[in-house]
This record gives sequence, structure tokens and C-alpha cells, in this order.
Amino acid sequence: MILIGYFLGLAFDSAVAGLVIAILLWVILSLVAYFQGDSILLGMSRAKKIRPDDHPRLFNVVEEMKIASGLEKMPDIYIIDDPALNAFATGRDPNRASVAITSGLLQKLNRDELQGVMAHEISHVKNRDVLLMAMCSVLLGTIVLLAYYGSRFLFLGGRTGSRRSSSSGGGGGAQLIILVVALVFIILAPIFAQLIYFAISRKREYLADASSALYTRYPEGLASALEKLAASTEQLKSANQATAPMYIVNPFRKKGLKASDLTSTHPPISERVRILRAMAGASFNNYDQAYRQVRGGKGVIPAASLTAETVPIATIKLEGEAGEANDIERTRDTSDVMWRLSNYKTITCDCGARLRVPPNFKEPQIKCPHCGRTHQV
Amino acid sequence: MIALYVIIGVVVVLLIVLWFLYNGLVRLRNQVKNAWAQIDVQLKRRHDLIPNLVETVKGYMKFERETLEAVTKARNIALQASSAGAGERAKVEGELSSALSRLLAVVERYPDLKANQNFLALQEELTSTENKISFSRQFYNDSVLRYNNQTQMVPSNIVAGMFSFKAGEFFEVTLAAEKEAPKVSFTQ
Repeated sequence: MILIGYFLGLAFDSAVAGLVIAILLWVILSLVAYFQGDSILLGMSRAKKIRPDDHPRLFNVVEEMKIASGLEKMPDIYIIDDPALNAFATGRDPNRASVAITSGLLQKLNRDELQGVMAHEISHVKNRDVLLMAMCSVLLGTIVLLAYYGSRFLFLGGRTGSRRSSSSGGGGGAQLIILVVALVFIILAPIFAQLIYFAISRKREYLADASSALYTRYPEGLASALEKLAASTEQLKSANQATAPMYIVNPFRKKGLKASDLTSTHPPISERVRILRAMAGASFNNYDQAYRQVRGGKGVIPAASLTAETVPIATIKLEGEAGEANDIERTRDTSDVMWRLSNYKTITCDCGARLRVPPNFKEPQIKCPHCGRTHQV
Repeated sequence: MIALYVIIGVVVVLLIVLWFLYNGLVRLRNQVKNAWAQIDVQLKRRHDLIPNLVETVKGYMKFERETLEAVTKARNIALQASSAGAGERAKVEGELSSALSRLLAVVERYPDLKANQNFLALQEELTSTENKISFSRQFYNDSVLRYNNQTQMVPSNIVAGMFSFKAGEFFEVTLAAEKEAPKVSFTQ
């Protein structure tokens, strides 16, 4: 885009025109991202929308979190057919929200963990983080563009200036100082803007973790889900930089790299887990204390959200480990959903084999390849 | 003349403050009402699920007539109390919860039941409904706390008194009933 602006600027023989065009383009793109971002993102990741009876457990968990957060409208739920472990939320306002989860993650998590992850996503929606991060990235882009064009002005201006100063032969020193200051500013501004963007993103992640603990009253659920997420480094194919802040964990993290540096949209997972485990209760206050205990320094929760009320952690989880679907059952459930969403029909034969009938299968009957029984399609 | 303007100004400012305080109170009160409607929806859902559950379980459980009857009875009592206030309802729903938990505790003795697809679907629904009840209760109580704080704190308590905003009632489940909240785990 900057290049387009650059060449347009060359064509008009004026850097100002280029700058205006580039910023206009940027604004248009941001508006598109804001109004159409959710459908573009969901379409790009080939996410499939599910109905309540496609995956009752997932649907129920999201509905539980919708109730706990006091969200007015039930968000749409999508499944992405990808073995990577991740989940994200999107939608510019709480009434048009969607949450998506990869099939890999859906298989891996038990009910409590799923609840923690969905609470995290719903709180991104509830805290209007999608809007906030969109605004921040527009601002960031504008600063980067301005700095880029500023450097071009400076370069051109510097050249003409030096010609003039050599002809007049005075005032070169002052001009040089201004030049150096401007140069430093132009180099540093985009870097700082970027760092601030990442810092805001990290802060919103902490806030979403804290909200997740508050909604579920059970920080351990999210903590153990995050541990499972940390163990996998498979990258999500459909992620991109602009949407990274919306995911539960950074979709670009690499193995062995401790992503605790300043240029990450997410805080390191191990630290998030430690904070959640250090919580003495489930309130924002408790999260803030745990944060200070783990990281030191100031807290992370905005002071206005801190209340003195005590919120105990739920000791009795209604769904015990016993009645829980195990790994194999969850895997089977999830793959059933994925087949069904691609319009395959599943027939279970009496011999225990499962036949997946593709949507373009036209015969009225099908024979089980395992035992030879015939089934009506 | 100036005094008149000052008086008019003060009155206008007071009216604006009153306007904001009143609207704030109305918003909070509506949130409480809304949250209460949520609990109501979930409690109704549980009432609707129970006959289904009893029907599914009956065939398998020959020796648990008393437990089943206790659940049905608690449901009927809860059904009759469905237009009562928060305190009264919390009590009867708490009793229904403990009757349910007793039923679900004995389910573990019947392995056939645990293989029943219909029952497994019911189990998920019941687990989720119990969760939704407790989450909506959680949100309701938070809303009531916010609303009550607002009606009791200066200066909005004056407005609350003027337009008779009454304090909301918490939906408290007694500790004993909470401990007995249905443990919806059917397998071992």
C-alpha cells in the first residue's frame, strides 16, 4: 500500500499527493476491516458456523458464558477445521459477535477448560477489544505512513536546503541539529507506536484472563487449557498479523522462543498460567494481586474496575471428572461434527464400522466394506 | 436580574443532575429485571427436563421409587412457587437441586443407563442447565448488588426515595443446598 502511494506520488510528482492517497487508502481499508472484518476473517479461515445440535457441549458452554457475562445476544459459533490449537473472537460490537475455535482445540479440552477459553473470548467481545485493537492499528498505520513520508520530505528538503546553505553560506549548524532531531523522531516514532500497540494488546489479554476467571469463578480451567495450548506449537494456517490480538494465544509463536519480549501481542503463556494459579479468589482484585505477585510492579486491571467485593472460587464443579467425555470420545464427537458440516452422512453399521457418505453419492443403498451388510442411504 | 439568571441556572443544573441519576437507576433496575428473567428461563428449562429424565431413568431403576418420587414432588412444589419472590423461590429450587443430586448419585449403580444415548444427551443438557442456573444467579446477584448500592448511596438515594426505587432481593441458595448441588457425574 505504501508502495502504491509512493508510485502514485511519483506519478503526480508530489509527495504530498502520495501521502494523502496512502492515508486515504489506509482509512478505507480500516473501515472495510471494521465493518467486514469478521466475515472476511471467518471466510478466510474457512470457519464453519454450527447450530446448537451440531455440537451441544460447545454450544452450551458458550451460552453459559454469555449468561455469566451478561451479554445480550448469543454470539455465533464457528469451528475451524485445523489441528492447530487456537480460538478467537471477532465482531465490532457485542451484538454482532462471533467466537471460533479450531477442531484441534475442541478435541483437546475438557469442559472446564473449554469454559475458561470461551469466557476469555467472550470477554474480548464484552470489553470491546475488537473495536479497540482496530482503532489502535489504524493509528499505528497512520504513524508509520507519516514517518515514511516525513523521511522523504526530509531527504528532499535536506537536499534543497544544503544547496541553499552552500550558496548563502550560513545557518548550516542549526539546520543540522533540526535535521538530526527530526531524523531520530522519524525513526523512533513508528517503533514506539508499534511497541505501544503490542503493550495495549498484552494488557487486554491480561484483562480477558481476569474476566474469564471472574465469569467462570474457576481460574484453574483457563490455566490448564493454556498449558495444553503451550504444549503445541502447530501454527494456525489462516492467522495473520492484524488479527493476532484476538486469538487466545499468539498464533505466530515459535518453538523454543520465549515470547516474553516487547514485540508480542500476547504475554508469555507460562506467566499467564502462573498468575491464574496464584489467584486467591475469582475477582479482578485477586487477579491484580496475583499479577503483582508474579510480575511485580503495578497491577494490570484499570483502577475503575477494581471493587472491594470478595468473589470466592467455585469449589464444587458441577461437571465432575467422572461424567466427562474422555479424549477418544471428544475426538470422535469433533470429527463427526466436521463430517456433518461438510454435508457427509454418517451411517453406523451393526458391526461397529462407520460409513461416511459423501454428498455427491447418488446410489440408494450402500454396502458396508467391513461386514457386507447393505444400508439405505 | 442577575439573581434570576443564577436561580434559573441552578435549577437547570439540578434538573440535569436529577435526570442523569434517575436514568442511571432505571438502567440498573432494568438490568436486574433482565437478569431475573434469565434465571427464570433456566429454572423453567430444568422443570421441563425433569419429566424427561424421570421417564428415561424409570425403566432402568426398579428399586429407586422413593428417590424418583422425591424429585417429581420437589419439581411440582417448585413449579407452584414459580411466581413467588426471589427468597422463596431460592428455597424451593434448592430443595429440587438436592433431590436431583440424590437421584443422580444412585444412577452410578446402573451401568446400562450410562450406555443409553438418550440419557447421555439428557446428562449434557442437565449439566449445562445447572451451570446456566448458577451463572445467571451469579449475574443476577451482581446486578442486584450494583442496583442496591446505587439506591443507598448519596446522592442517588434521594432520587431513589423520591421515585420509590425499592431495593432488590438477592437469590441466595442456602449453604447446605449449595453443597448438595447436583453432582451430575454418572460414571465412575
